[in-house]
Amino acid sequence: MTEPALKIEGLVKNFGSLVATDDLHLDIEAGEIHAVIGPNGAGKTTLIAQLSGELRPDQGRIQFAGRDITGLSMPARSALGLARSFQITSIFPDFSTLDNVALAVQAHAGHSFRFWQPAGKDQSLRRPALDILENIGLAARAAEPAANLSHGEQRQLEIAMALATEPSVLLLDEPMAGMGRDESGRMVELLRGLKGGHTIVLIEHDMDAVFALADRITVLVYGRAIATGTPEDIRANDEVRAAYLGTEAAIEVPHA
Amino acid sequence: MDRRQIWLSLATLALFAVVPPLTVIFDQPFYMDMVARIMVFAIAAVSLDLILGHGGMVSFGHAVYMGIGAYAVGILSYYGIDNGFLQIPLALAASALIGLIFGAMSLRTSGVYFIMITLAFAQMLYFLAISLEEFGGDDGMSSMRSEFAGLIDLNDAMHFYYLVFAVLAGVLFCLHRLVLSRFGMVIRASRTNERRMQAMGFPTYRYKLAAFTIAGTICGLAGALFANLNEFVSPDVMHWTHSGEIMIMVIMGGMGTLIGPVLGATAFLLLEEYLPQWMEMAMTDAGEHWAIIMGPILIAIVLFGRGGIHALLAASLGRNGNNGSKRDD
Ligand SMILES: Nc1ncnc2c1ncn2[C@@H]1O[C@H](COP(=O)(O)OP(=O)(O)O)[C@@H](O)[C@H]1O
Ligand SMILES: [Mg+2]
Repeated sequence: MTEPALKIEGLVKNFGSLVATDDLHLDIEAGEIHAVIGPNGAGKTTLIAQLSGELRPDQGRIQFAGRDITGLSMPARSALGLARSFQITSIFPDFSTLDNVALAVQAHAGHSFRFWQPAGKDQSLRRPALDILENIGLAARAAEPAANLSHGEQRQLEIAMALATEPSVLLLDEPMAGMGRDESGRMVELLRGLKGGHTIVLIEHDMDAVFALADRITVLVYGRAIATGTPEDIRANDEVRAAYLGTEAAIEVPHA
Repeated sequence: MDRRQIWLSLATLALFAVVPPLTVIFDQPFYMDMVARIMVFAIAAVSLDLILGHGGMVSFGHAVYMGIGAYAVGILSYYGIDNGFLQIPLALAASALIGLIFGAMSLRTSGVYFIMITLAFAQMLYFLAISLEEFGGDDGMSSMRSEFAGLIDLNDAMHFYYLVFAVLAGVLFCLHRLVLSRFGMVIRASRTNERRMQAMGFPTYRYKLAAFTIAGTICGLAGALFANLNEFVSPDVMHWTHSGEIMIMVIMGGMGTLIGPVLGATAFLLLEEYLPQWMEMAMTDAGEHWAIIMGPILIAIVLFGRGGIHALLAASLGRNGNNGSKRDD
């Protein structure tokens, strides 16, 4: 077996007396879509924050392709090929859609101590950015200020910006949050298209999407991983049903 | 940075350019000095706009760099070195170095801590200057005008005026380029969402520090011109109220627009000059209480005139849109 893309060992994060991540052990295999589900407040975003380097864990280690990255900053992890999208849309509303993506391309196109040539005319940034917008279906909106995009389009832009940094591992925090059915459907297709080329840690409340996409699922409750397995395993797991799936009447576990 | 902003910039510079001939025609030399003074402050305000308006760094000690530039000229002059080709580079180097040091420490904090620490550093140098008895301490010292090997004669008001004008125009042009460059994109985006920038892979600290240092250096240049303008240097230039005034010029004129702060400096200094006189005309002895009027004017601009003078002018130039100001959410 190859090295896991991410190896999480004994991760602990406390906020005062609250245990947001509770001795978490988890391997994310290279190339898989690994969904992390769990009720609100389970610690999913906190986990992503630690994987991306925004939060320092209190204990434990994180390895990226065999390398210990626990002490690395966010930009350093990004440089290694880790990208994150945000649960709360985190784009640059003043900039055009294309500018947003071009900025992400710029982040990995050498240093930015370039003071004279206008970035807005730099084809080495614009062209790859436009390619990504085309792939993601936002090319028609390239010139539009990002503030004018619909919520769904902004969520797509969120992903486009993560992709523009050419990551090997994507950490996606509820990419379908607040999306309508059609928009979610399109996002599922988009993520399916990324499979193979990227390892994806997917946090999502939309169970249809999770069961449609995930190779494996981890269920997080109060910061603890109560189960990890294939969608079939998770669906059949009594503890998961009791602790999570069963408690939320609104969530129908779909049939394969 | 739309077309209107560029037109506004060119129009403003064109107006500054014709002031000296007009003062000669109407035999009002006083106005040439006054507008030169406005332009010196405009350079300082534009430099602050780079970090305040574009970078979102609320530096409350920006006048300290004017002080360093001014003292660099003053101290060299005190030791008999009037050569501008030495004074100006020293002023730039000294303000860049102090900007780098203060920035490196201040930028480890954010929010109100950043405001307080930049203020504290500035006051530290203010009190240091007061303690320098050799250089006049509290009273300051006089300073000769810089010599430029006979190329320009700063004792000639017209020469001095056009030197300041050229510096202002050059600074505006360079910062205009800078704001649109890759570096500028990083600075502007870091103001909006630094967390996202880091997640995308930008080590934002070093870019912000570079911007902070550039702003300090340009302000140091304004300080070197200020020493020449007054033929005098004193700790007052570094006092926190001075920093506050530069900040007011930026906010009045319109943050993040570059030309806005030039308009802000103009409006502020004209009001400061004429408001007391107008009030004196209305009521005897009212002039000394000019702040009573100035305060509400400033508050009104901050509360109701978001985007400042720049936004008002840009809007009146037609073709609305995001009315020219660069504010987020
Ligand atoms: N910065 C923080 N300070 C204090 N508590 C926090 C912080 N961030 C998250 N929490 C708490 O940690 C728990 C996990 O939060 P989060 O990771 O956002 O959950 P999820 O994403 O699964 O909904 C919640 O109880 C939340 O209130
Ligand atoms: Mg969350």
